[in-house]
Amino acid sequence: MKYSANSVWENRDSYDIAVVGAGHAGCEAALAAARLGFRTVIFTVSVDSIALMPCNPNIGGSSKGHLVREVDALGGEMGKVIDQTFIQSKMLNQSKGPAVHSLRAQADKANYSKMMRQVLQNQENLDIRQMEVTDILADDADENGVRRIIGVQTYSGAIYHCKTVVLCTGTYLRARCIYGDVSMQTGPNGLQAANYLTDSLKELGIEMYRFKTGTPARIDKNSVDFSKMEEQKGDERVVPFSFITDPESVQIDQVSCWLTYTNETTHEIIRANLDRSPLYSGMIEGTGPRYCPSIEDKVVKFADKKRHQVFIEPEGIDTTEMYVGGMSSSLPEDVQYAMYRSVPGLENVKIVRNAYAIEYDCIDARQLKNTLEFKKIDGLFSGGQFNGSSGYEEAAAQGLVAGINAARKLQGKEGIIIDRSEGYIGVLIDDLVTKESHEPYRMMTSRAEYRLLLRQDNADQRLTRIGYEVGLISQVRYDSLLMKEEQIREEVERLEHTHVGTSEEVQRLLETHQSTPLVSGTTLAELIRRPELSYTCLETIDKNRIELPEDVIEQVDISIKYDGYIKRQLRQVEQFKKLESKKIPEDIDYETIPSLRIEAKQKLSQIRPSSIGQASRISGVSPADVSVLLVYLGNK
Amino acid sequence: MYKDDTIAAISTGMSNSGIGIVRISGAEALQIIDQIYSGKEKLFHVSSHTIHYGFIKDGDETIDEVLVTVMRAPRTFTGEDTVEINCHGGVFVVKKILETVVRYGARLAEPGEFTKRAFLNGKMDLSQAEAVIDVIHSQNEYALKSSISQLKGSVKEKISKIREEILYHTAFIETALDDPEHISVDRYGEKLSVIVEELSSQLHELIESSENGRIIKEGIQTVILGKPNAGKSSLLNVLSGHERAIVTDIEGTTRDVLEEQVQIHGLNLNIIDTAGIRDTDDVIEKIGVDKAKEYADDADLIIYVADASRKLDDNDKKIIELIQDKKTIILLNKSDLHTVLDKEFLDSYIRESYGMVQNGQESFPIIEISAKEERGIQDFENVLISMFLGGNISFNNEVYITNMRQKMALQEAYHSLERVLESINAQMPEDFYSIDLIDAYEALGSITGETIGEDLVNEIFSKFCMGK
Repeated sequence: MKYSANSVWENRDSYDIAVVGAGHAGCEAALAAARLGFRTVIFTVSVDSIALMPCNPNIGGSSKGHLVREVDALGGEMGKVIDQTFIQSKMLNQSKGPAVHSLRAQADKANYSKMMRQVLQNQENLDIRQMEVTDILADDADENGVRRIIGVQTYSGAIYHCKTVVLCTGTYLRARCIYGDVSMQTGPNGLQAANYLTDSLKELGIEMYRFKTGTPARIDKNSVDFSKMEEQKGDERVVPFSFITDPESVQIDQVSCWLTYTNETTHEIIRANLDRSPLYSGMIEGTGPRYCPSIEDKVVKFADKKRHQVFIEPEGIDTTEMYVGGMSSSLPEDVQYAMYRSVPGLENVKIVRNAYAIEYDCIDARQLKNTLEFKKIDGLFSGGQFNGSSGYEEAAAQGLVAGINAARKLQGKEGIIIDRSEGYIGVLIDDLVTKESHEPYRMMTSRAEYRLLLRQDNADQRLTRIGYEVGLISQVRYDSLLMKEEQIREEVERLEHTHVGTSEEVQRLLETHQSTPLVSGTTLAELIRRPELSYTCLETIDKNRIELPEDVIEQVDISIKYDGYIKRQLRQVEQFKKLESKKIPEDIDYETIPSLRIEAKQKLSQIRPSSIGQASRISGVSPADVSVLLVYLGNK
Repeated sequence: MYKDDTIAAISTGMSNSGIGIVRISGAEALQIIDQIYSGKEKLFHVSSHTIHYGFIKDGDETIDEVLVTVMRAPRTFTGEDTVEINCHGGVFVVKKILETVVRYGARLAEPGEFTKRAFLNGKMDLSQAEAVIDVIHSQNEYALKSSISQLKGSVKEKISKIREEILYHTAFIETALDDPEHISVDRYGEKLSVIVEELSSQLHELIESSENGRIIKEGIQTVILGKPNAGKSSLLNVLSGHERAIVTDIEGTTRDVLEEQVQIHGLNLNIIDTAGIRDTDDVIEKIGVDKAKEYADDADLIIYVADASRKLDDNDKKIIELIQDKKTIILLNKSDLHTVLDKEFLDSYIRESYGMVQNGQESFPIIEISAKEERGIQDFENVLISMFLGGNISFNNEVYITNMRQKMALQEAYHSLERVLESINAQMPEDFYSIDLIDAYEALGSITGETIGEDLVNEIFSKFCMGK
């Protein structure tokens, strides 16, 4: 029983927006809503667990780092907080092209959480409320079957009226943590699960999925023999996540991570106990992610691999707990001890927290528009793991967009949609709301069609304009972006038109960089295009060079060096945009369109794409169906 | 897919008579024609709705003497700038002109695309919308069906293998990029360039063979019909020059449908040999018989092999029923043996059964041959050629277009692989390789009718062990 009739009462604080959940999605959503001037309340089951990182102790990583940069470029918070609370940072893939460079930082988890909580506490218009939300209140359906949000109700019986709601429930809905045959009805870290909201959502006609994920054990640093492991240090020169963090402020003393490996003994232990795994015994029903396999999955699926890497990562400065990256598991406790202790350096390891698998309710995100608003419930938005994604960064990105759009709805403005050519955020959301998924969705660079354009280094040029128009980016920040863009443009222009002859000075410089000498004159830009040369190394032969900021130089270098590839992708984007701009009216009745195949009719009716472009990405909709749609819409 | 680039197609049938028209529509129609047209003046500046005499050239080579109609938007069928090249109707000339137009920047039109553009540009009445939709739909369905079904099994297998290989290596690179701390892709270029070179040479071979029309069953769809043991397989063997079907004297040995491509004086015949048509309880043979009827319905030409050594029976009568109103050549086989069925009798029997009035003309060309002794084959070939040149048989436009589309896709894939090699040679970082690899994968998929979907992500997860 949730509450008795006696305890029902109406809270009169007149909120505009309620955010349910204060994880990485909820924090961004609430901050965006409050910053856009709306009275916002954020509900959490535990105020002490705001912006909790219950799994890995990092922010960023391949393609996830891109998301953090994009969140920052739009005016979100994650980048700024991690810049203040990281204890190690690396730019991944530095030897690769600029499109796949990605920042990954080790966070001081407790500090991250504390810092984000402070930002929330100090935010005008934003109230934090520790309480479980059990019901979403909506009025009766209109003639189109659409319902409108009127508020939320909590476990205590209190009704909070509001106009829009953002659901960011993470992994808490009917959460269950499992290892061996131990099963606990809790959220991560033993936190209280939210056991009632699912029913309320189902009553609203929302279709639910059940997903699963897992986490490795946390071990005591004092019980680890690091001499048997390889040290993994951070970068010498750290690059901040946020475009407005002073780069000098992040040059701190860093903490190391450590690399060790599993071995045949480990795998033997795992194989011998597979029958005791809840996954194999059928106790876990949720679908787990393939990209984040448990160690038992890895041993079974990649049986020929003799060893797997294990990264021992600090969880913070003030804790001795360390994260055993690569060895997430739901095997019984005794097996966990045995398998961890078979790893070099962990022979005497003490486990602080067990590894476990967690199951939770989430939604089929195809019920959402690209704005992250429910198609059938006016004013209800959602973000994060609730939408079937995984990862802190994916959550923050969606939370930000959902928060912005929940606010814009109240401003009477159209929601913002970042498309696939503008950001990883766009790819993420479009994939979630368009494609069927049977596992938590993780961002990957291979999911982005135009990744040469969607670099982490140019997230500001791609998105800060949108952040400014929305109202989350200050005039000062916007002006400095405009100046940066102007500087880049002018410098590229200058280099394309600065000729260099075959002078001795030039040939000598080429020789020192093992570059073929010139046979005739060329431009500086042409020289920069040579793989062995760069903007910086041409300094001595570039007489008219003016001093430019580091980030401008980087952009100049990249846009000249990869010019050919970039132009090719820009041409593809042009075609893409044409399809995206062909909007499909919301009230379209696919059943009445002649010649659409039955499968296409079903899929289109179910997903209700907003544009021809989105329709073309739905599996089961053929190019012929798209043609039919185009003709049909041309008729309207 | 909706695109508004410039498109081209042959707008006349692919028969060998009359004139041929290649139509170009789109913003760049005039730029393209000016690159290949040589006449009194450049067409870019001529007035709309005018006709110009000149030549189509590919570089120095003159392809044909033509009349070019220039029509500027919006007063055209599609509502876009349109150029029509009227050339001599030979199949080979029309093909060549279309290929040249495509090489100079046009794209092959999708099925129904001219009509679609006409509609989208408001050139058609609203009431025609449904009809347009149906046209687009049926033509697309047909194109998809034909492009896959026309692909030879062996070619499809080759393409699938190349695709698998490409996907694997792309997935490897992508896994390493997504999880650099677990998987290293350093110096992968060296290994990859060897593989890509091998794949490109395989693609090159496929492109070469597609030029000889060997990649799909381009040509005149020809079906051989005849009762069991009439000599259908022997005929096929004579025509194709090698033992393909199992030829025995036991009735009904050709259990399934055999296919063979035969070139006769530059004419491609795509010959399907069927199980003998007759009533049978043998299940396997029944499948062959049903197929035979199906193929006969789709055929451009039927070769009916009658047996001169046996009397007309029910099987023959069924076949004669089947071939009514179809382009047919009758071969009276086994003319070397003791004949009990002669040409005159067969002809008059057919006339009678079709209720044809006596007017001195033959019902179908009937040629006496001996497949065994290879006699009469020359006569058959002569009749065939004269029928083609006389415009009595033609082959399906779509088949040729499909072939051309597939060839383009192969070339696209080939160029993408070339770019991978260029990137490797230029020491570009590994992530650049996968961009072009995926393009090649996609291009090849358009031939086999497969889209990318989640292929890459699935391959990454299934073949490589990611961390965390």
